[in-house]
Amino acid sequence: MSRRLTFPRLLAVLGLALACQLGYAEEARPLADDPVAEKRLQAISAELRCLVCQNETIAGSNADLAKDLRREIRTMIQAGQSDQQILDFMVSRYGDFVLYRPPLKGTTILLWVGPLLFLGVGIIALQLYLRRRNRVIQETRPLTEEEARQAEALLGKPENRQETP
Amino acid sequence: MMKNKFVWILVAFAALVVLLAVGLTLNPREVPSPLVGKPAPAFHLPRLGAEGQTFGPEEMRGQVWMLNVWASWCVSCRQEHPLLVQLGKQRIVPIVGLNYKEVRGDGGIDTRKMPLEQENALARERAARWLQDHGDPYTLSVLDLDGRVGIDYGVYGVPETYVIDKAGIIRFKQIGPVTPEVLEKKIIPLIAELNK
Repeated sequence: MSRRLTFPRLLAVLGLALACQLGYAEEARPLADDPVAEKRLQAISAELRCLVCQNETIAGSNADLAKDLRREIRTMIQAGQSDQQILDFMVSRYGDFVLYRPPLKGTTILLWVGPLLFLGVGIIALQLYLRRRNRVIQETRPLTEEEARQAEALLGKPENRQETP
Repeated sequence: MMKNKFVWILVAFAALVVLLAVGLTLNPREVPSPLVGKPAPAFHLPRLGAEGQTFGPEEMRGQVWMLNVWASWCVSCRQEHPLLVQLGKQRIVPIVGLNYKEVRGDGGIDTRKMPLEQENALARERAARWLQDHGDPYTLSVLDLDGRVGIDYGVYGVPETYVIDKAGIIRFKQIGPVTPEVLEKKIIPLIAELNK
């Protein structure tokens, strides 16, 4: 199969690119004449999780629900609602889970404190380990002269010792 | 000393396995709904099969009822539907169907240039045909063409089912298809309790 970029293919690619552009333009149109509002929409929807594809934001997701919610946010911006009002609207319907930065409260405390807890446990474990190791090092006495001589006899004198290739 | 260390590693490993095992049994799609314990959001939607008539949840005041979100394009709806048909025949509880984005939700149809009347007619035709083919457990069904009411109910995965009490408070929400276990162990006992 040849992969050369022939003229008809180029035309097809360009057509496709244009079609994507058109599709995008259509979706963005309602606020295109109001860049401030469009920016707010971007900022708000980037804070919200899309519940259909849970690791995407509502700003980035192409799921139908995300499109619907962007439309909803647009309407709310046009109605003059504040960012907080819009976030509250989402939370009252989908729960704290929609927020990428969930609030600190009883049910989310583990989420916020969990990493610190793990860090604390790690530090304590490290400290215990180091303390024990120190003790082991201190308890190891150095070789007596007799033992040193024996070791030397077995290994050969340091200056005569040959490096093994 | 050495043995002790191995025991600890083993314990830590076992704890990790338990943690992951529990994690595997949880369904990340099931997000606890903040709507449970809150009043069912009001709406006024056109009824399916009764041209010109609308329905709103306030009409169900004084009754325990179920709201079931469905659509003909929804594959999992087919899974739960026989259960609902069976439940409908038992006449334990009125079931209201919320037909969610019948036309717009179907990925195969481009609705961007479709006039609203045409979408409405198509939605009615598709929904009615589906109920004819699969059985109609609903006391009545309403059409939420643009999914706006779905947003108020926090719908994000069809099917979803709500149990609403006599005062209009949502008492239970099932995300995804109703299973025989959920129906037997949760929904039916809950309805019996709410009807007391």
